[in-house]
Amino acid sequence: MIISVASGKGGTGKTLVATSLVLSLKDRERVQLLDCDVEEPNDHIFLKPVITGSETVCIPIPEIDEKKCTYCGKCAEVCVYHAIAVFAQHALVFPNLCHGCGACSYLCPEKAISEVGREIGVVEWGHSDGIDFVQGRLNVGEPMPTPVIRKVKEKADHQGTVVIDISPGTSCPVVESIKGSDYCLLVTEPTPFGLNDLILAVETVKELEVPHGVIINRAGAGDRKVEEYCRREGIPVLLSIPLDTDIAHLYSQGTALVEGMPQRRDGFHRVFEGIQEIVDERSRSLKW
Amino acid sequence: MKEVVVLSGKGGTGKTSIVGSFAALAKSKVLADCDVDAADLHLLLQPVMREKHEFWSGQVASIDEEKCTHCGLCPELCRFKAIVDFSVDRVSCEGCGFCSHICPAEAITMKENMAGHWFISATRYGNLVHARLGIAQENSGKLVALVRQQARQMAEKNGADYIISDGPPGIGCPVISSLSGANIALLVTEPTLSGIHDLERVLGVCHHFSLPALVCINKYDINEDNTSQIEHYCLSQGVAVAARIPFDNAVTEAMVAGLPVVEYSQNGVSHQIEALWELVSKSPVR
Repeated sequence: MIISVASGKGGTGKTLVATSLVLSLKDRERVQLLDCDVEEPNDHIFLKPVITGSETVCIPIPEIDEKKCTYCGKCAEVCVYHAIAVFAQHALVFPNLCHGCGACSYLCPEKAISEVGREIGVVEWGHSDGIDFVQGRLNVGEPMPTPVIRKVKEKADHQGTVVIDISPGTSCPVVESIKGSDYCLLVTEPTPFGLNDLILAVETVKELEVPHGVIINRAGAGDRKVEEYCRREGIPVLLSIPLDTDIAHLYSQGTALVEGMPQRRDGFHRVFEGIQEIVDERSRSLKW
Repeated sequence: MKEVVVLSGKGGTGKTSIVGSFAALAKSKVLADCDVDAADLHLLLQPVMREKHEFWSGQVASIDEEKCTHCGLCPELCRFKAIVDFSVDRVSCEGCGFCSHICPAEAITMKENMAGHWFISATRYGNLVHARLGIAQENSGKLVALVRQQARQMAEKNGADYIISDGPPGIGCPVISSLSGANIALLVTEPTLSGIHDLERVLGVCHHFSLPALVCINKYDINEDNTSQIEHYCLSQGVAVAARIPFDNAVTEAMVAGLPVVEYSQNGVSHQIEALWELVSKSPVR
């Protein structure tokens, strides 16, 4: 089962939830954490995993053999990303613009284009006290996180329970990360910003047809409109974590919530059991 | 004119609350919300929309079922796994058009994609350019570029002294798009290990694009050891720490009231943000 942890707004507690969830489950289940927030991966700070392997993530970019090139301009014509420019006696590639679709090399009439890998990030894996751990990291200055996210997700252990930590927002990296999840936990805070961005996140998971529930973090900080919204929309609130300076302090020093406050494990067990029930029910109804 | 972009790497460190207060403090400015997929600045500025425009960007493949012979070439060649059972998964399609070029039955055409909207609104603090990327859409970087271009045009026309932009979290495409060519970045961080880690990465992006940066430590009193670690780090990088803002639930109360915190109450937070704007507005630019 794959459970993703998302939120429209940043800083609501996705990392706190994802790390506490796997730490609460590790004695009961075979668990894996995938950190798909490849722009700012933080789960490693809390799990302190032993990294046992890594792999660079490359996207294929064109390399033009000017001995074969006739400067016909076909490659530049088919490239919608404007990553190739062809002049009378010269062809130029702009690696940063290339999405690696492969159209230019396939369509070149002279077979003058081959593809070479350009590194944009890295995937690392290892373990932390019974938890299987994978994270992706986008290189600083690179714009495209999705190929790194795809590589992280290729490492998913489909025999066990997989928890995916996701970047904030609602655009392509978020969609790429949530896609294929059995359930999505949306972490929010009870403030106008939290509610506004929760509504956007709910639209996203609905579009992807992923069942979802809400975790309210810093409960008591703002108003009650998030709860009212969830009630109105029939979205279950699976857990509330109070606004508490002790919790904030644990987070600040890189201690996972359920390590600093073991009594909070029960709450995460109930979240997991609730998700399991919903996912089982859904798969039964899909079979019918 | 000076363009100030507020970034953080890590989300939820307080970018928007600070930009909302800058909006109230700065005299002559245009505001730009460059967080186009989870924009919140409007919740503090209560804008009245003056203009709404469609944002058309990129294309999506479309397969004509009547012409398709199910030969299987397009799913084989598509690098984005966007063709499933001979129909296009609009979410995965990156609009490269490869399939439309190679389809032997000429069954695939590329359709223009409406990816969102952008707006010009009036607020009691001046004009705001903002946008809404469609759900699950790509090209957030292009929409950010459009928002900034509109804000710049408006600032030039009105002779405004500042463009103040609220940036997105992360370090990827919309962040790069919001900072390239700006004059100064204000990096808002918090004294948590995550905040520090993410600050290092977003500062790396600023260095990469040669953009001068200032740092502001928000909620500095949550962990003062980490705060001094950030100060040491900034010193080693030659970056000034321009403010230390204490934790105060008044920031959330102001948000609930729909007001910038400097207008909501006069407290330690407000004083720090006022001093911060003084520094940011007077800092030398490239």
